[in-house]
This record gives sequence, structure tokens and C-alpha cells, in this order.
Amino acid sequence: MLKRTALYTAHQKLGGKLIEFGGWEMPVQYTSITDEHLAVRQAAGVFDISHMGEVTVSGPGAEAFLNGLLTNDIRKLAPGEGQYTLMCHERGGVIDDLYAYKLSEGVYLLIINASRIEPDVAWMKAQAAKTPGDFTLTDASHQYAAIAVQGPRVKEFIDAVIPGASSSAMRVNAVTELKKNQIGGFKFENHSVLVSRTGYTGEDGFEIVGSDESITHLWDKVLAVGQPFGIKPAGLGARDTLRTEVCYPLYGHELDENTTPIEAGVGFFVALDKGEFNGRSVLAEQKATGVKKRLVAFKMTDKSAPPRPQYPIWVNGASVGVVVSGTQSPSLGIGIGLGYIPAGTAKAGDAIEIEIRGKRYAAVIVPKPIFKKS
Amino acid sequence: MSTVPSDSKYAKSHEWVRVSGEAGTVGITDHAQHELTDIVFVELPAVGRTVKAGEACAVVESVKTASDIYSPVSGEIIEVNPAVVDNPALVNTEPHTGGWLFKLKLSAPAELDALLAPAAYEKQIAG
Repeated sequence: MLKRTALYTAHQKLGGKLIEFGGWEMPVQYTSITDEHLAVRQAAGVFDISHMGEVTVSGPGAEAFLNGLLTNDIRKLAPGEGQYTLMCHERGGVIDDLYAYKLSEGVYLLIINASRIEPDVAWMKAQAAKTPGDFTLTDASHQYAAIAVQGPRVKEFIDAVIPGASSSAMRVNAVTELKKNQIGGFKFENHSVLVSRTGYTGEDGFEIVGSDESITHLWDKVLAVGQPFGIKPAGLGARDTLRTEVCYPLYGHELDENTTPIEAGVGFFVALDKGEFNGRSVLAEQKATGVKKRLVAFKMTDKSAPPRPQYPIWVNGASVGVVVSGTQSPSLGIGIGLGYIPAGTAKAGDAIEIEIRGKRYAAVIVPKPIFKKS
Repeated sequence: MSTVPSDSKYAKSHEWVRVSGEAGTVGITDHAQHELTDIVFVELPAVGRTVKAGEACAVVESVKTASDIYSPVSGEIIEVNPAVVDNPALVNTEPHTGGWLFKLKLSAPAELDALLAPAAYEKQIAG
């Protein structure tokens, strides 16, 4: 039986086409992936992200525990700030990528991938059992729903959706005063919600976590208040094309337990100088001596079918790698993708080929992100 | 509500065939294009290829997925539609007319009897 979010009825009412994703029944699209994608790039879109997991870690020992668990340096966070980070095992492979927020001194919220809640929590509990210090780890995934409101026009109406100042460690007079990666607690109707200025689309926007009841009300209000600004409900299809254009990794595609953050090109979020953490020795060696495989972004230059995951990548006439994410880019109108090739075989600007149903089509490696707003 | 023109016969896999003399024109149904949405690429069979009923011989790709298209009847491909190769969205906007995919010379016209009549196809997509 697939799990359903608090917004399941709302998706049905809006005519959402529901599919299985990470054990959840989620809308892949309402009208069309292209329409929803372009709404987010040009105006606004709202996504149900209630399937994502929430883990809280609190106590005087929380900071030290998290710094040993995660790759980024959690000590750099002031109360009300968040950071992208990764959780690796001892060999440097990625168990999950996540956002870690410091809500207040000694209180942290981790937002993890839906498909990874079980392995993440099992890993965290095993690590916690080996770590001295006074802290409590709680899987709160079932307690929360969440939405992402994304797009360049969101800042024009979000304060009307959630009016008023914050009531948390992060003191701001309005939601739009939050800066990128900041998080604050706000009152919405009579509920407490957490609002962060983050997202997975490459656009400005906010992610909001709260109870099922608060988020179902918020969903309706966002659509009503955002309507004059061109907001559309957007599904996982658009979420995937949006993140692919800006080269954000998706667990199970760019990241897995046999891939390190260095190979995936997210070494910026690995703080080797912070002291010991899981996977540090392998990651330090890779940073110093190089990696065997490397994630590259590419655009099709031949007219072809869109590249898809698992299609072979050819460099200099040899099949050397594989596509991990690929789609038609709604913003660019061409096929784009991400894939792994052996390090040193090709760099940005080099011609490669993508094999599609037995035929090879020309593509070019491009710098990340593939799509950047001018 | 999807359009199901009365002049065609239908495969359970959502292709239509319209017969005129010994030639059949094949496309995907309005219901199918609605399910796929955003068609961005169409790959058609080579003219002269012989296909069997139920054989995958074209590919229609949306943003999200690649879908095989099966010939509803057996025959030799005699013409393909260059307009849908240039403008794949035509399959979305005119699935039963300008968005046709290929024409074939039927080698076993009796196969048409095994296909769904419009009313039966309408019933299938309603259920």
C-alpha cells in the first residue's frame, strides 16, 4: 500500500496524475510538465513535498554528533540558518543528501529524502549509539507535511499568505526578510510553521513545514493568493526537469552508496578541515589525488530523442559511461542530462555521444548548471 | 473527454488505424496523447519495412517517458509523416488528423476484425 500525503485529496481535486515515488503516491503532473516547469521559471509553482522525511536532533551533544555524521561543517550555522550537506558511510559513499537547519542552540532539523527515510534513520541510530554525549534523535517524518513555493514572483505574495513577523530564533519582520538558507518559525492561522528560503528548482522560493492540517490550509491559500501572479500546482515531473536544468543531484541518480560527494561534484559541501567525520579519509584522498569517475553535464547537439537514465555515453569512439539523469529541457527546448564518465576522458566543451536505442547522437559537455537565467 | 472518431478501429494499446482501400493510416489516440502530454520527439519506422500486428515500430517520447508504438495491423510501411518529426506537438494537438504517424499496405486485412470498434474503445478508456 502506497503512502499518501495530507494533500492527496487536493491533488485529486486538481486532476493530478498520481504515480509511485519512494513508496508514496505523488502527483507527477497536473496539466503538463512543460507548463508547470515554465510557470516556476517565469512566475510561481507550488509542490507537495510532504513525502520528505524530518529528523530532529537536540541536546548539548547534538552539534558534535552531527559534525561526525555529516560532511559539511555544522558549526558554521547560526540559529535560524541551514546548509546543504551529505551523509556518508566510512568508504565515502553517500547514504543521503539533506538539508540541516539549526533552529536554535542545540536544536537541529534534518530534511531527508523520502526514499531514504528508513536507511537514514537506521544509520543515524547506529551512529548515535556509538557516539557519547547528551542528545536525542527523533524521526518526526510522520508528524509533518510540507510544501515548496518556488519561482521569481513568489516574493510578491508570500507575505500575504503567511503574514507577520517570525516567532523563532531567527527574528525577521516578514517571511520575505529571510535570506537564502535561513529558516524561521511563523504563525499561520493558529498553527506554527517553519519557513525556509530554500528550494530544489534553481529559483527563489520557500519551503514550509508544518502539521498536516496547517499545510492543507496553506496549500489552498497559496493557490488562491498566488493566482493573480500566475501560480500553478506543480508535480514531481516538473520538479525533476527543473532540478536537472540546474544540476542539483537526486538521490538514486547522481548519488548512491557507491558514489562519493567528490565524484558527484559536490565536494564544496565536504568540510575536510572540521575534524573527523564518516568517510573523511576516503574523501580527503580523493580531493588530493583525484577521482576515478566524474559527474558531467551535457546538452544534445544533434536532433535526437531526449537522453534518459542508463543510456551509454561515448567518448572518443568508446562507450565509457552512463547517463544518470536526462530529459528534454523545457527551458532550452533540447535534450540535456548528467552522467558519469572516467575522470580525465573529457571536459567542458568536448564533444561526446549519447547512445539512444542503438544509435549514437552528438552532445557536448557543458559547465554546470546547464541552464542559467540571463 | 477524449475524442474517438467513428471512422477508425482501435488497438487496446491506444493506436488507431483508418483504412482506405489497401492502405491503413496509423496514429495514437486522443486519449493516449492526453496521457502522455508534452510530446517532444517522434521516431518513425523506415519506409519499406514490414511489420507484424502488435510489433513495436515507432517511439513517441514525452518529457517524462519514451513509449513504444505498436502497429495495429501487419503490412509494409509505405509512408511516414514528416510533419510530426519536425513538430512532435502535432501529435498532441491533432492526434487523429495531422498528427498521424505512418501508413502501411495491409498484408492481412482480416486482422482489422480483431481490433476494437469505436464504442468498445470508448468503453475501455472510460473504465
